Amino acid sequence: MSGMMKSALNWMDDRFPLSKVWNEHLAEYYAPKNFNWMYYFGSLAMLVLVNQIITGIFLTIHYKPDAKLAFDSVEYIMRDVEWGWLIRYMHSTGASAFFIVVYMHMFRGLVYGSFKKPRELVWIFGMIIYVALMAEAFMGYLLPWGQMSYWGAQVIVSLFGAIPYVGEDLALWLRGDYVISDATLNRFFAFHVIAIPLVLVILVFMHIVALHAVGSNNPEGIEIKKHKDEKGIPLDGIPFHPYYSVKDLVGVAVFLFIFALIIFYMPEMGGYFLEHANFVPADPLKTPEHIAPVWYFTPFYAVLRAVPDKFLGVVAMAGAIIVLFLLPWLDRGVNKSIRYRGPVFKAAIVAFCISFVGLGYFGMQPVTAVGTFFSRFFSIVYFGFFLLMPWYSNLKQDKYVPERVEEK
Amino acid sequence: MKKLIFVLLVLISSHAAASSGGMELQSAKIDLDNKASLQRGAKFFVNYCLSCHSAKQLRYSRMAEDLGISPELVELNLMFTGEKIFDGMTISMRPKDAEKWFGVNPPDLSLIARSRGADWLYTYLKSFYIDDTRPFGVNNALFPKVGMPHVLADLQGLQKAVYKDVKSADGTVRSVIDHLEIAEPGRMDEREFDIAMHDLVNFMTYMGEPAKLERQRLGWKVLLFILLMLGVFYLLKKEYWKDIH
Repeated sequence: MSGMMKSALNWMDDRFPLSKVWNEHLAEYYAPKNFNWMYYFGSLAMLVLVNQIITGIFLTIHYKPDAKLAFDSVEYIMRDVEWGWLIRYMHSTGASAFFIVVYMHMFRGLVYGSFKKPRELVWIFGMIIYVALMAEAFMGYLLPWGQMSYWGAQVIVSLFGAIPYVGEDLALWLRGDYVISDATLNRFFAFHVIAIPLVLVILVFMHIVALHAVGSNNPEGIEIKKHKDEKGIPLDGIPFHPYYSVKDLVGVAVFLFIFALIIFYMPEMGGYFLEHANFVPADPLKTPEHIAPVWYFTPFYAVLRAVPDKFLGVVAMAGAIIVLFLLPWLDRGVNKSIRYRGPVFKAAIVAFCISFVGLGYFGMQPVTAVGTFFSRFFSIVYFGFFLLMPWYSNLKQDKYVPERVEEK
Repeated sequence: MKKLIFVLLVLISSHAAASSGGMELQSAKIDLDNKASLQRGAKFFVNYCLSCHSAKQLRYSRMAEDLGISPELVELNLMFTGEKIFDGMTISMRPKDAEKWFGVNPPDLSLIARSRGADWLYTYLKSFYIDDTRPFGVNNALFPKVGMPHVLADLQGLQKAVYKDVKSADGTVRSVIDHLEIAEPGRMDEREFDIAMHDLVNFMTYMGEPAKLERQRLGWKVLLFILLMLGVFYLLKKEYWKDIH
């Protein structure tokens, strides 16, 4: 480093802990050397968050949060704003990409036991991020003011009405009107562009600070901090920067390839990312034939519809999310990674994945007898996975875990 | 892995969407690169659709540019109601009047190809048949009891429905439309009309998303760039990780 740069850095460090932060979180943050491809999704989630914020700012410049103007302003962005179509597709595809990436990130945490002691708070902060993300996506979906925006919001907000005593007043308070209207659009806009993004950024910060305090888990579920050299550096750890910063770039490129493929050649994704009915302006007098939430909400929507009683359905849907928070205390197995856990636990993970995808599928379909049957069956499997976990995770089937990450 | 993801993506996106009326959809064979077809489609659109339906999101000037027609020609041949070239395709019929005359206000068609799908539109336009019980004397096999008259009757002529009996599961026999056939010929034969409707739907697909051509032309360049980037990043990673075992 040149003398000038050095003295500039010293000047900075005397006033702001720049080198300290850089070292603590990048250059001297020691991550296990055996991360596999499943570990790309954390950095990818950050990338998508940045994408959403930047494209979101540009959309906000041209969008009009007004029930009379909103739909046309989106088309104005698609047609008249320079590169508007690209910005809008990056944002709309980014929303779905965010959930794909976050679901993979959560799945990785689940199978490698990254939620287990001492990383409970990393998981809890992550779960709050996930809930905030759902709120963010839900409110953002109202903004194009299409038929699905309108009726989707109508259905979801009316769910709050099912809560005894306070429900109707609560729904009224959320909407700011008796139906979804201009007042709702305005407040959802405020939440979507400032309130929730702010919360998200703070939570991501806490998620990373908590992670860097306890250190990263790895596919073997071995605590690398147990074996350190004389300088206190984990023997199986490597500095995050440059090793994982360059490795993550490979993941970024693969992600961007798929992301661009969708943006340029299938931005509607056959109606899964942009629903066809949402190209019709919102009409409060005309209910669409079939109202389905966007794909990332459908597992929970299926749980809701599986329960015959509306209020209990809402309780079940909320429960399906709440049990995820409890995961660190439900799992009583000693080993972290699925690689060293018993066959019953492995089978439970498989059953859980099938039920989650199955619920997601049936949540998109119109109600049929077969669909309801499977939704109920998968809901039971879903809850069974969590509620029976204290028992089946403690069957003493776990295998011996090696002390060190083995050389390959 | 990437290949698998790609196959999955293609599978998902080819999943067809809209359906109603129980008729099988015919393929509109959209080809947005065919400028001549788009130009003919634009002519049909302004002559047959644009008196009742607006397409307010599409500006005449944008259409002129994208379809390779000079603004003068557009003003001369495609604009009838005294708008300016930068205006959207609006109509002078008032919604209140429209509701009185047709029972419903004819929807704006700017995005109809995106909400209904091109194949649906193509099939719909070909599915009008004589039905004296309807106010305009025609019904539609794909969209039963639609409020729209058969505005293309002078081109296609009039079709009549040929019925067949089907036995449903509970044993009752219902008569349903088997197919439609020409009862009174129009100015076009069947093939000519199919081509005309292909052109019209092609134009309406363009109208739904004028940037589609641009994004498809740009897309492969972006993908190629990312692929090169991936190569560089991969080599960079390999170089850095040489000493990690």
